[in-house]
Amino acid sequence: MPDGGTGIGAAVKRVEDKRFLTGRGTYTDDINRPGQTYAYILRSPQAHAKIDRIDTSAAASAPGVLAVFTGADMQVGSLPCGWQVHSKDGSPMHEPPHPPLAQGKVRCVGDQVAVVIAETYAQAKDAAEKIVVDYTPLPAVVDMNKALAGGTLVHDEIGTNLCYDWEIGDEGQIDEAFAKAAHVTKIDIVNNRLIPNAMEPRAAVGEYDRATGEYTLYTTSQNPHVIRLLMGAFVLSIPEHKLRVVAPDVGGGFGSKIYHYAEEAIVTWASSRVGRPIKWTAERSESFMSDAHGRDHITHAQLAMDSEGKFLALKVETKANMGAYLSTFASCVPTYLYATLLAGVYTTPLIYCNVKAIFTNTVPVDAYRGAGRPEATYLIERLVDRAAREIGLSQVEIRRRNFIPADAFPYQTPVALQYDSGNYTATLDAALKAADADGFAARKAASEAKGKRRGLGFSTYLEACGIAPSAVVGSLGARAGLYESAEVRVHPTGSVTVFTGAHSHGQGHETTFAQLVSEKLGLPMDNIEISHGDTNKVQFGMGTYGSRSLAVGGEAIVKALDKIIAKAKKIAAHVMEASEADIEFKDGNFTVAGTDKSMAFGEVALTAYVPHNFPHQELEPGLDEKAFYDPLNFTFPGGCHIAEVEVDPDTGVVKVERMTAVDDVGRVINPMIVAGQIHGGLAQGIGQALLEGCVYNEDGQLVTGSYMDYTMPRADNLPSFSVGTESTLCAHNSLGVKGCGEVGAIGSPPAVINAVVDALWDLGVRDMPMPANPQTVWKTIQSARPAAAAE
Amino acid sequence: MPTVTMTVNGKKVSGEVEARTLLVQFLRENLHLTGTHVGCDTSQCGACVVHVNGDSAKSCTMLAVQADGADVVTIEGLANGDELHPMQAAFKEHHGLQCGFCTPGMVMSAVDLVKKNPKATEHEIREWLEGNICRCTGYHNIVKAIQHAQQTM
Amino acid sequence: MYAFDYHKPSSVADAVSALKGADDGKFVAGGQTLIPTLKQRLAQPSDLIDLGGIAELNGIAVSGDTVTVGAMTRHAAVAGSADVAGAIPALAALAGGIGDPQVRNRGTIGGSIANNDPAADYPAACLGLGATIKTSAREVSADDFFTGLFETDLAEDEIIVSVSFPKAEKAAYVKFDNPASRYALVGVFVAKTAGGVRVAVTGAGQDGVFRVPEMEQALAANWSPDAVAGIAVDPGTLNSDIHASAEYRSHLITVMAKRAVAAAG
Repeated sequence: MPDGGTGIGAAVKRVEDKRFLTGRGTYTDDINRPGQTYAYILRSPQAHAKIDRIDTSAAASAPGVLAVFTGADMQVGSLPCGWQVHSKDGSPMHEPPHPPLAQGKVRCVGDQVAVVIAETYAQAKDAAEKIVVDYTPLPAVVDMNKALAGGTLVHDEIGTNLCYDWEIGDEGQIDEAFAKAAHVTKIDIVNNRLIPNAMEPRAAVGEYDRATGEYTLYTTSQNPHVIRLLMGAFVLSIPEHKLRVVAPDVGGGFGSKIYHYAEEAIVTWASSRVGRPIKWTAERSESFMSDAHGRDHITHAQLAMDSEGKFLALKVETKANMGAYLSTFASCVPTYLYATLLAGVYTTPLIYCNVKAIFTNTVPVDAYRGAGRPEATYLIERLVDRAAREIGLSQVEIRRRNFIPADAFPYQTPVALQYDSGNYTATLDAALKAADADGFAARKAASEAKGKRRGLGFSTYLEACGIAPSAVVGSLGARAGLYESAEVRVHPTGSVTVFTGAHSHGQGHETTFAQLVSEKLGLPMDNIEISHGDTNKVQFGMGTYGSRSLAVGGEAIVKALDKIIAKAKKIAAHVMEASEADIEFKDGNFTVAGTDKSMAFGEVALTAYVPHNFPHQELEPGLDEKAFYDPLNFTFPGGCHIAEVEVDPDTGVVKVERMTAVDDVGRVINPMIVAGQIHGGLAQGIGQALLEGCVYNEDGQLVTGSYMDYTMPRADNLPSFSVGTESTLCAHNSLGVKGCGEVGAIGSPPAVINAVVDALWDLGVRDMPMPANPQTVWKTIQSARPAAAAE
Repeated sequence: MPTVTMTVNGKKVSGEVEARTLLVQFLRENLHLTGTHVGCDTSQCGACVVHVNGDSAKSCTMLAVQADGADVVTIEGLANGDELHPMQAAFKEHHGLQCGFCTPGMVMSAVDLVKKNPKATEHEIREWLEGNICRCTGYHNIVKAIQHAQQTM
Repeated sequence: MYAFDYHKPSSVADAVSALKGADDGKFVAGGQTLIPTLKQRLAQPSDLIDLGGIAELNGIAVSGDTVTVGAMTRHAAVAGSADVAGAIPALAALAGGIGDPQVRNRGTIGGSIANNDPAADYPAACLGLGATIKTSAREVSADDFFTGLFETDLAEDEIIVSVSFPKAEKAAYVKFDNPASRYALVGVFVAKTAGGVRVAVTGAGQDGVFRVPEMEQALAANWSPDAVAGIAVDPGTLNSDIHASAEYRSHLITVMAKRAVAAAG
């Protein structure tokens, strides 16, 4: 590591901060192209309706209007789904078309019906009010059980609302185990639907160059190359070499900016019709009804145990809401990112899970921070909490009895995954200490003296990230490989630009990735630039999601750096007239072993570009290397989250008094950034547990359509967090890194709800739905009181 | 169209705007000061907070014509040349930002807080931030940054 | 937002005539509710008459047993006023809890009560203290001023000039926030003044802010939290939404009333 500490493990202050702190970031809506026009998208106010007629004539002649397009004009490909899941009978999932502009029918509130392009946004919006759409309303189906029962069909042509009926495990074997169990704990769980709410609303600027036939799309994306591929190949038939996608500074994603959205295709397509660049920026109310939502599962689960509280078998039946259309990765979330996680940190030998994915007249649901893993974790940890209470074990003891031991790795679970490393006892012990669990009883007594209730809740969780080995996901239906690419370009004067296919939208890649370069090449941070987000600059990329940027993208950078060092050694050997095998590289210097001959990295770089006496048959000029890295396995972060809450039984208000997280995220490159990622995840997890919930009414109207009704976590909803890491190294990547982006959101919701249940157990409360907002908690207490009295 | 004249970041500026133009639109579109952001349409997220005559205000909930004659400071006007304002420096030091989108409004709001209540407790800081929503940081490091700036401002 | 013409008069008289001259004019005070409403295209005034240029509408005066707050006085000014805090601490505290700091820096008392949002705070203070509202045309008591959901006794072209609050022997306002919007889900203002005991509730009523005579009588006889503990407002008269059913609101009114009485001392 160079002086000043900028290598692996250093809490380097972020490189990207200065531009953000001075208002000089460049987000998509900050981009203005010459001759730019503005799009307003007319959306369906109906949850489900036939479009009989659209009259755009008055809008088309309104002031400033350049064009109005409807689905009749925009006959293009369907927005594709990237993962094909097969039902248990072997049949492929149903993939109904998802047109960018509605074709004769709307299927959810917010569905795109028409687009107005005008000189100003206000003119486009004014004109859109003049569009007359005649709808024949159809009954809407919002509830998954009703959707399964049939009747109203979201997509008539497939004859069912069941997208797929998938399973993992052997149901017969499981039932035998249940028959022999000493105790069975059952639970019904709803994993509440969430609306991601990255603070930057989605935006897109489409531009067409008539002279070259090239399209450019600036968009709020976590993965510009994926958008180029999906939109270019499947929707608009634009070959990659004629389509540039730029995702500049992006204001948060949390999954919601992975997907290819209709608006991207609309502005790109329309820019060539109008002949001018077109900008679309979502208003927040549009974000609520057009960004893919998250979670939304209903689950019944049973856990079989022996007389000692050892888990024998787990049986899970889940219904997962897909919304009105299949979003880009919707299908894999409740299957391969959920059911394969159901072993958690426990040695449960038999697991069966059935998942029914269901279409409803709601906004499409896809991955949101954690994606599948929070749902699995919530289920397991609520079930374990309940089981402990039923069989009279402490929350700590039941977990210790069932942990996968630290010496059991690699550990093969019954649900496909093989964990490479972990130490769940270590994270539990560290968390118990950090949370001062021993002092809880005294704090509880103090709360009770004030008329409040205090509870302690645990979650010992595991997740799979670093998504993902292409061979594995390919065999499971992914239509993409999930490698990452990198290019390290050493400039003649020794500074370095790294091009990465990962995309930073808050994660601090410009700092963390530069630290990898600093560590490997011995360069100061100032000499290193990280470039991302532009398909014309970066060779290829699969983007950032699933906590993959470091474990996959970082490894690709390391691989390219290793190639740079190997090439540089060749050059150094040539210049210093030594054998390549004798060249050593340390602290930015190449030396010949056993001599005092030495060359600085910068000298080698300059020589690479001034190759006056290179033996060109053996040694190419230049110092620029590319690499693709495909991981060997998922990575498996895990840990222990402990929530301590105080409940006011008079109002139902839950206050998180302490939130402790001890996570195993593998090797930590920048502890400051890792802690920040965990803080943010915890806030979203606490948000899911206590505050956030998307509500549709029976007619399919979105009731929580703005911050007036959708409860975002604010500063005064949250405590300061106690965050620590207790790491084991990932066994299959060179850095030993696992990932930290999602752990906070995955681990925390069950800890919080378990704490609320703990606080209210003596009042007869046995379960608590999310979000445990004041009204819900108060009502739950009211309905529990008679039951408690009867006990 | 009405003409508005105001001082923005110490410079006198004027422009013709429709009466319905919001202050934030005037800043972003007429003056190309794109550091002030729009994160919602219900005046709740605070990404658009600027200072108007010394007080923090939501520039999305104010017409440009209402700011006629006012002294407006945006995030672009906070630093002294290359030297960050102590609040900006504190946000960097304590990792009080991730994606950076809420950051300009958050910083402008925080500066107003420290000016008005230099000794605000953690509880008071969190309450003050009611009008600023951040989705990335969980507020933990924002609070730490503001506490740091209480010492340096 | 739809297009409109903008006027910024410098006197109350000019403002009234500007409104009379408009097809469908509307006054804007701090704009913290009106501008969001316009942004959502929920209103389409032909003209907007900004009261921000009228100096006479701004300011706080304490005289004798009365605190008078000019209509265009910002919430932050009321919250930060030593005079208000000295005379009616509950009023300063209420103003300091409206919206968020940026709303308080722009929002005004006149705008708040003219709009009479059923979840606004100031109507509870006006009704709870028995304030008098002075307009460009007359003086009207708070009891007569608030007439229903977003409805007041104001004529279209009538401007609020100031609000006068009598000092209270005891007073407090306790609010339970809507977790999402942070508006009052239930807010209860209790006061013991020379004119008697008053209990005003905002956030909950189907017709906006209202008084609770049963609680007033109970507190007049016995000023203690216990006195109101057994009194519940009929849920049939209360709002219901995803954040709070009428039953929950009814329960919260009692709890907040108890806490307000305790806070008032």
